[in-house]
Amino acid sequence: MTGYLIRRFAQAIVVVLGVVLLTFLLSKLIPGGYARAALGQRASQAALANFNHVHQYDRSIFRQFWNYIWGIAHGNLGFSFRNNQTVLSLIEIKLPKTLVLVGLSTVFALVVAVPLGILQVVRRNKPIDYVLTGVSFIGYSMPAFLLGEFLILWFAIDLKWFEISPTGTTTWQILADPRGWILPVFSLSAITIAGFSRYMRSSMMETLTEDYIRTARAKGAGPARVLFRHALRNALIPIITLLGLTLPAIVGGAIITETVFNYPGMGLLTTQAATSNDVPLLIGTTFVAAIATVLGNLIADLLYAVVDPRVRYS
Amino acid sequence: MTTSPALEPGTPADATPSGGEAQQQSGGGLTLQIFRVFIENRLAVVGLAIIVFAILFCWIGPLIYHTNQTDSQQAFLHSVANARPSGSHLLGTDPTGFDILGRIMYGGQISLEVGFAAAGIATLLGVLVGAVSGFFGGLVDTILMRFVDVLLSVPILYLLIVLAVIFSPSVEILILVIGLTAWLVPARLVRGETLSLRVREYVQAVRVMGGGGSRIVLRHIIPNTIGTIIVNATFQVADAILLLAALGFIGLGVPSPQTDWGTMLFNGTSYALDGYWWEIYPTGVAIVLVVVAFNFVGDALRDAFEVRLQRR
Repeated sequence: MTGYLIRRFAQAIVVVLGVVLLTFLLSKLIPGGYARAALGQRASQAALANFNHVHQYDRSIFRQFWNYIWGIAHGNLGFSFRNNQTVLSLIEIKLPKTLVLVGLSTVFALVVAVPLGILQVVRRNKPIDYVLTGVSFIGYSMPAFLLGEFLILWFAIDLKWFEISPTGTTTWQILADPRGWILPVFSLSAITIAGFSRYMRSSMMETLTEDYIRTARAKGAGPARVLFRHALRNALIPIITLLGLTLPAIVGGAIITETVFNYPGMGLLTTQAATSNDVPLLIGTTFVAAIATVLGNLIADLLYAVVDPRVRYS
Repeated sequence: MTTSPALEPGTPADATPSGGEAQQQSGGGLTLQIFRVFIENRLAVVGLAIIVFAILFCWIGPLIYHTNQTDSQQAFLHSVANARPSGSHLLGTDPTGFDILGRIMYGGQISLEVGFAAAGIATLLGVLVGAVSGFFGGLVDTILMRFVDVLLSVPILYLLIVLAVIFSPSVEILILVIGLTAWLVPARLVRGETLSLRVREYVQAVRVMGGGGSRIVLRHIIPNTIGTIIVNATFQVADAILLLAALGFIGLGVPSPQTDWGTMLFNGTSYALDGYWWEIYPTGVAIVLVVVAFNFVGDALRDAFEVRLQRR
């Protein structure tokens, strides 16, 4: 177990360093650099040179990279010149809301997808299996924003069951009113439900061909017992890995969902930064999203090791 | 499965009698068998039909259904904005006054172009990186795969947005940006296959005969991963169309008066909330149909290429 833990943590650290390097390189792509972003299109050469000198952007690239790492280690993610605020202070208040959205929709996706997958195995090659397969095809072929717009049109405007966007401003206020977050959560989970249930179906099918399932049947375990006691628990294990792998897609999808529903999280912040050409803020949100994804993946892998002893001892 | 190498079409693999349905017509090379399995899958045929129809619709359609799609001033002055579907505008008009049916054709050209071109770039790059990484192994492999790990952990949409904002979107930039962020999965797939291919007898044989690294990779390894490559490329087109739509929806699609399906939906949504359904439903249906079609075809191709694996 310790060996596995050390290897997994080392890998995570390498990836984090890679993300730091990547965002640093992205910031070097800004035309005119941070000086232009800060001082505007009409700043004089002298002013730009002065800015670069003060902020050490005229030093060697390695020195700049070191400064960047040093800054990040001290919680400095850059400065949003458009908002006249540090990137950290902008993200700080948005991140919890996005975590709530991502967390709720992941849980919801699992709660729906696992039973759906089982149902498809039990009724495989029957009409319901084909219908669900068809629906999941459409599910992951549908642009997330389109589904979101349809949900708003049908359930918020026509039926008036839910709000178009969350009501409160703080994370707790948002959570307190489910009518405000049900549609975004459902919309974000829809893409993953399709993928998860298909994966669950094939994982379950594969597990059912294992020797231990035959053994269970041979000792006289009934179909339900085989399915839930023996097959389900083993079929769920790969879902944990899938969860880790889909996390980037969920975090990225949150950008779209938050924009559609005007949900005040990091995704909406990113879209606003994109519209106002605020590259420092964009790089900041990209960095935070990537780190959150790496952490999520790490947690998924640790869970995997806890659940499946085969991983620990290999 | 590991005993016999992949065979050229028409060599002994076909001679071994096996009980598949595709075996009824005697003779026929491997390519033909793959084609038969593919064509037997009804969803795949439907998917292929939709794709062919979409291409005809977008490129031949404008020759039959003439509309102004480039001059926004003229559209603004000479037609009613947000008009209901009628005889003169079969699917109504958009907020600028452009005919929506014509716009779906025009925007579809760009969505499909970006989809195919970005998938092409992603596949080419992914195959090269994957094959080189898997074949040479060692430090090259470690560095390349760590790089892939890093990029895979960044939510792709964030990266796309940053790049699209820095380079300001145009058709070419969008193709490049989507292509350059989407090659990670094919790279991993091809690397995996290369790892198992490079120890095969026929690769050893080429080596003994004096074939160099680049010859082995280009002439012997990549051609044998073609199944994986084609299947993944099909899914890549679907993904690229969706990614472009997502960018369009954030307002980072192609600049006006050009358009793509995502940008059309972006422009139409606020009006759709007021009951102008024709501004989003037809375009939405177009995207979903085309993406579903590519996914159907990709799924069927995967099954068809698995036939090859089963016959080994």
